[in-house]
Amino acid sequence: MITIIDYKSGNLKSISNGFKKIGEDFQITDDVEVISDATHLVLPGVGAFGSAMENLELFRDVIEEHIADDKPFLGVCLGQQVLMSESEESPNIRGLDLFKGRCEFLPKGVKVPHMGWNQLNVVKDSAILEGIDKEYFYFVHSYHVIPDDSDIIAGTCDYGIDVAASLSQNNLFSTQFHPEKSGKAGLRILKNFTSIKE
Amino acid sequence: MLTKRIIPCLDCDLQVPEGRVVKGVEFKEIKYAGNPVELATRYYEEGADEVVVLDITASHERRATMADVIDRLTENVFMPICVGGGIRKVDDYIKMLKAGADKCSTNTAAIKNPELLTEASKVVGSQAVVIGIDAKRRYVDHPDDAKDKIVIETEKGYCWFDSSIYGGREFTGIDAIAWACECQDRGAGEILLTSMDGDGTQAGYDIELNKAINDAVDIPVIASGGVGEPKDILDVFEKTDVSAALAASIFHFNQYSIGEVKKYLKDNNVAVRL
Repeated sequence: MITIIDYKSGNLKSISNGFKKIGEDFQITDDVEVISDATHLVLPGVGAFGSAMENLELFRDVIEEHIADDKPFLGVCLGQQVLMSESEESPNIRGLDLFKGRCEFLPKGVKVPHMGWNQLNVVKDSAILEGIDKEYFYFVHSYHVIPDDSDIIAGTCDYGIDVAASLSQNNLFSTQFHPEKSGKAGLRILKNFTSIKE
Repeated sequence: MLTKRIIPCLDCDLQVPEGRVVKGVEFKEIKYAGNPVELATRYYEEGADEVVVLDITASHERRATMADVIDRLTENVFMPICVGGGIRKVDDYIKMLKAGADKCSTNTAAIKNPELLTEASKVVGSQAVVIGIDAKRRYVDHPDDAKDKIVIETEKGYCWFDSSIYGGREFTGIDAIAWACECQDRGAGEILLTSMDGDGTQAGYDIELNKAINDAVDIPVIASGGVGEPKDILDVFEKTDVSAALAASIFHFNQYSIGEVKKYLKDNNVAVRL
């Protein structure tokens, strides 16, 4: 079943209502046993990198296993950032390190947070972005991810620089934007994700 | 590129079980506009970028009603939701975010206790901490007449902006521009800026106010108060760099649909999401 990890960080309500809307069964849990049986894992999140990682340590192993088995995984917003190795926001705190690279503060010259609807440029095939082209998504963040290997960037948006808006590697996916807050295009991404077979 | 946001605002009277959306002229002469959940759903379908739900009764007992309204809203409305009114403690932010809101706006509580912004931004993050500033023009003959204030020159003469609280019923004498900067420093992530001179008058946004505050801070500013027609929204986007425009009456009473307004903006080269 689609399983949303409850690590006490983030708005679980909206993402669950998103799955409800598209008619998918899901569960919200902080039980490691339940998480280890999940077909699809979702990691939402708002807030700071450091405190999120503190709460996530408990789930590090089970998440690593899920990804090692190449089961579908989706990180949203902060849930994308914690997949990286580290963040300028919370130095000396180790991220989940599933995507190599770091998070940095958005560059000078733009309003921070980057808040609002921005257009997604799809730059490579990614199962979650199927059928998406130039659609707008809702972003709200102050840090952005810079993967060491830019080939894992599936979508970008223009905010002074090309912001890595979506990453994908095998069945590991993430979005900097909030699909659950991005209208019908966002629901499409959730639907794409749930359609991925293990 | 980032688009300009169009945000309908629902001023809610939560003294009836479902809540009802009302709109006053300069905070008086209340008119009934509909049920908040139905209206917000309609705006979402029409392409609104976000919705602000304000509890104008803002009393402690109504907080549970508000959480319930938000809860029902999030079942069909997949866009950001900002809640205002009655947010006084960090715990109130947490409750509203749990109910499905993305941001909470405070005004009176933050002026009475600015530390609230600092604490809330640490706990829920800046992106969820919106500061509502209700500003009124105070004209002076000469900038030296208000030395401790930030005086700007407007078409109608020199003025500074006074921050009001309790929905415009009380004035604090706090300079709105300086206060906006302090809020940003304390961690607020967005400013919902209402002109008390313009609210409900449909005479257009206070361009000079919006420009002054927007230029003083780096966080996004939402212009509010005074919109009467789509041209007013175009004006504020052409003459200032605010991130969003908020409106109530022109949408509630079916004068214009969100889609019509956005199409008009796009035709006039404003980047909007259609």
